[in-house]
Amino acid sequence: MVGPRGVRKAGIVALFLLPSAVPLLLFTIAPMFGAAWISLHSWNLQSPMQWTGLDNFARLLGDADTRDALLHTLYFLALYLPLVYLLGLALAVGLNRRFPGRSLLRSMYFLPVVTSWVVVALTWKWLLNPANGLVNHVLESVGIPGPGWWASPGWAIPSAVVASVWKDAGFVMVILLAGLQSIPEEYLEAARLDGASAWQSFWRVTFPLLTPSSYFVVVISLISGFQVFDQIYVMTGGGPAGASRPLVEEIYDLTFRYGDAGGASALSLLLFALILVVTVVQQRLQRRWVTYV
Amino acid sequence: MSRRLLIAVLAVGALLMIFPFVWTFVTSITAGGDVLTTPRLIPEKAGLDGYRKLFEVLPFWRITLNSFVLAVVSTALLLITSSTAAYAFARLDFPGKNVVFVGYLATLMIPMQVLVVPLFIEIRAFDLVDTYASLIVPTIASAFGVFLLRQSVAVLPKELDEAAFVDGAGHIRIFLRITLPLIRPALVTYGLFAFMSSWNAFLWPLVVIRSREFMTLPLGLASLSGEYTVQWNAIMAGSVVSIVPILALYAVAQKHIVQSVAQAGLK
Repeated sequence: MVGPRGVRKAGIVALFLLPSAVPLLLFTIAPMFGAAWISLHSWNLQSPMQWTGLDNFARLLGDADTRDALLHTLYFLALYLPLVYLLGLALAVGLNRRFPGRSLLRSMYFLPVVTSWVVVALTWKWLLNPANGLVNHVLESVGIPGPGWWASPGWAIPSAVVASVWKDAGFVMVILLAGLQSIPEEYLEAARLDGASAWQSFWRVTFPLLTPSSYFVVVISLISGFQVFDQIYVMTGGGPAGASRPLVEEIYDLTFRYGDAGGASALSLLLFALILVVTVVQQRLQRRWVTYV
Repeated sequence: MSRRLLIAVLAVGALLMIFPFVWTFVTSITAGGDVLTTPRLIPEKAGLDGYRKLFEVLPFWRITLNSFVLAVVSTALLLITSSTAAYAFARLDFPGKNVVFVGYLATLMIPMQVLVVPLFIEIRAFDLVDTYASLIVPTIASAFGVFLLRQSVAVLPKELDEAAFVDGAGHIRIFLRITLPLIRPALVTYGLFAFMSSWNAFLWPLVVIRSREFMTLPLGLASLSGEYTVQWNAIMAGSVVSIVPILALYAVAQKHIVQSVAQAGLK
């Protein structure tokens, strides 16, 4: 029997928990199952759903548009990840030294991080405007013909990479700075006493001890990289002629342009699975390269 | 590398880093036709054309206000729902607590992209497409907020609660009078993160909003750039309007903002 005290206690738990439990159930967990259910049907968002089993998945795996979207996403990642990491690392190492004005410089490098993707994309769309953008103007004034940037198929993804690296380098810097600050001074001191050059002590001491932070950066950047959408959608709309359309835009287009909710849901689950697998693989691989003290 | 050279390189780099902001501002105050001719750091004809045009093409006051109200409301909701749940997980005993907590954590893994289609259908079923309510729905509760705040509630000394208990206070009073004031730093950090996420959100508003009256700033700006005759000074004017509040926030709460972004691991 639940006595009056038990009822009261249950009331308290409900009061504290339901404000978050109900919305999470309705707007996160239910839609998650909804996505799984829709992915097993053919559905144009209007007429009744038709059960098609795993057909959507089978179709997507052989579909040229999906394959292109995956390749665009991977191409974006292959350029973005090393660039943002190396720039963030260089900034963190440089700004870890003590000098007057250091914190001002740090906040300048961090500024793009708090700017919205839409503003970042528009700013770079304007800077990299092929006809009258500042970058091509500067290039032409020194005799280099500027490329077509986001308006040309070959340069569309690199253009989005430029904007993304500019926005995220400060984020990587902050994470790696925290990692650098946790490295005990004595280790570097010992290396110096043993006659190590600055270069040697960076690669033999600092870099290995920074690998836990680097691991975090790589995991987070891969997850957000697979979900790349805002900046490409605003800069190129996935174009020209679909040349830069990433996976998330393919999901969006399938739903709202082609009325293929089943295919879109299946693709979103495949993307989710892909991210999950990549993250788990990294978790496994980290033992080989991440140094924990 | 010598110390001086290093500082010089870092300083030049920092100037390059903020140059796009400068250029956005310069373009926004460049008068009409000049935008399309030779780019100039100091415009030959400066003016507020861009801003005027912006308010002509879009109901821009309303769009700015939308972004503001949405960010404030969703931040308030997230702080309320996250802090109460944090208290429940850290201080209340109930059957199945661990299972429920794991359930919360599991929702952290689900990306927005998976939710977009079914959530849109759900919103449509409730007849809420193209309303303020549809914008708020995904930001009422977040397991991330619960997780973050639970950590800070859990480390508070339990003796404070027990002393209040002895004085006859119930959970509600303890939560309001003791817990909330003590976790204020965490609330500020998470609140700033929630505000910026809402202010900058794009994918979900793009999916549920059709009419200009309900657009948020990112949506309004993106819609401008999609038009056939792109007015760059108007677009840059809109960008300035959308950056300024975040810059102001950054100026007063930089430390908290850096911390919240680093903690969230989200960009």
